[in-house]
Amino acid sequence: MKNTTRVAVLPEQPVLAASYRVLLFAMALTGVAQMPIFKRYYIADIPGLGWLAKYYLTHALHYLGASLLLVLVAYCMAVYLLSLRKRYVLTGSALVRIALLGAIVVTGGFRVLKNLPGISFSPGFTQFIDIAHLSFMMLLFLVGAAAVLLRWTWLADRNAARIEA
Amino acid sequence: MTSMSRRSFLKGGLAAACAACASQLPKPAGAAVAGGQELATLIDIRRCIGCEACVEACRDANSEKYPEPEHPFPEMFPARVKASDWSGDETREVRDRLTPYNWLFIQDATVMVNGEETTLTIPRRCMHCQNPPCANLCPWGAARKLKNGIALIDADLCLGGKKCQVVCPWCIPQRQTGVGLYLDLLPRFAGNGVMYKCDRCHQLVEKGELPACIEACPEGVQTIGPREEIVREAHRLAERIGGYIYGETENGGTNTLYVSPVPFEEIERAIETGPGRPHLQPVEDRMAKAENLTTAMLIAPVAGVAAAVGRIAKGLKSGQDTAGDPR
Repeated sequence: MKNTTRVAVLPEQPVLAASYRVLLFAMALTGVAQMPIFKRYYIADIPGLGWLAKYYLTHALHYLGASLLLVLVAYCMAVYLLSLRKRYVLTGSALVRIALLGAIVVTGGFRVLKNLPGISFSPGFTQFIDIAHLSFMMLLFLVGAAAVLLRWTWLADRNAARIEA
Repeated sequence: MTSMSRRSFLKGGLAAACAACASQLPKPAGAAVAGGQELATLIDIRRCIGCEACVEACRDANSEKYPEPEHPFPEMFPARVKASDWSGDETREVRDRLTPYNWLFIQDATVMVNGEETTLTIPRRCMHCQNPPCANLCPWGAARKLKNGIALIDADLCLGGKKCQVVCPWCIPQRQTGVGLYLDLLPRFAGNGVMYKCDRCHQLVEKGELPACIEACPEGVQTIGPREEIVREAHRLAERIGGYIYGETENGGTNTLYVSPVPFEEIERAIETGPGRPHLQPVEDRMAKAENLTTAMLIAPVAGVAAAVGRIAKGLKSGQDTAGDPR
């Protein structure tokens, strides 16, 4: 690691990074809310958090968050592939996070498919995608937490510097 | 009516069974009758005399599926989580509402029919929605919909979290504590038994037989067949008697259609509703919002790529390299 200076590649990068973190948190919250635990464990009783026990609302918010996350992921991927990759390379931790995001999108996509009229999967496959979706999200959180603590970046200058994501 | 009476349903099932034997490809006659479509039932409320033969037949046909909970129940955490116990000698016999041991009951409504006060008796059970929220939103995959239109809860998988009941527009599934998979996981901290409801005798329908409630009815209140035909028949019947239909569009469409001689608003005012006693109000499509948001999800990546292309083009136009010097 020749140079560990954290720098922004794009002017909008701080906004993208903040949006990514807020969206991931919102997705985790509304995702966990699909399980009947927030009411049981009094979390929905906290003033202002009653909505966490409303399944249809949290489900719609999860879908909305997924749409916004897809916009963000597609934007970043396209900017990287069309422009940034000339000068920057994805770091190892970025590749791990991208793989986990991809796995979350694929398993989430199957869950969305299952919820459409006329489409049903076997109980085993449904359980598999539910548990896999949850597990990939937990792994992404662990890797993300490590990235924050250890100051891992997404991009590295092909020539030298590590770049802030 | 084409294939909806008991006799013609069985005839169709027999024909399908013969065809299956001939082709050496055995398949459920019920599915063959449906011609790949979902099966729906039509309940002609006028015909029901409230004899409860369907209720008894349901209990007989499904008694093996009924819960036999282990006592005492695990102590729940936190204490606000209450056990639902219908397994007592008396509660098992409850027949005037839905319970884990009673998946079909008769609801009474005293209304005016042609100027005469009449008590209508209405068989009530799961509506078997075409796009069932219970199956879609179950976080554990325990509730699901079969290709033949049956929505069922797998008692071996259900943890009894009751989400299916909360999201069901009619609050149909009923919980029994002390039974099921949760006992093998974290019985104190997660789950609370198993949810039970009508599965339209799927074990019989798979064999090309009729659900027990339809088979046992002495008045022919219910008929079953491919949904398209059932909907057509419901309209024909409603037109003939100047009646009303419930279930065709409720929650986006269900596989249980009621035809009544009086508006369902009147019946709704006359029936007793509450826990285990479902209403007959209009129901909007609860999954419609999710379906609309699915479209948004499909557009989202395209929007992201378009924004990126615009961003790069703008950068080039202003003479700046998008991958500018690190700041």
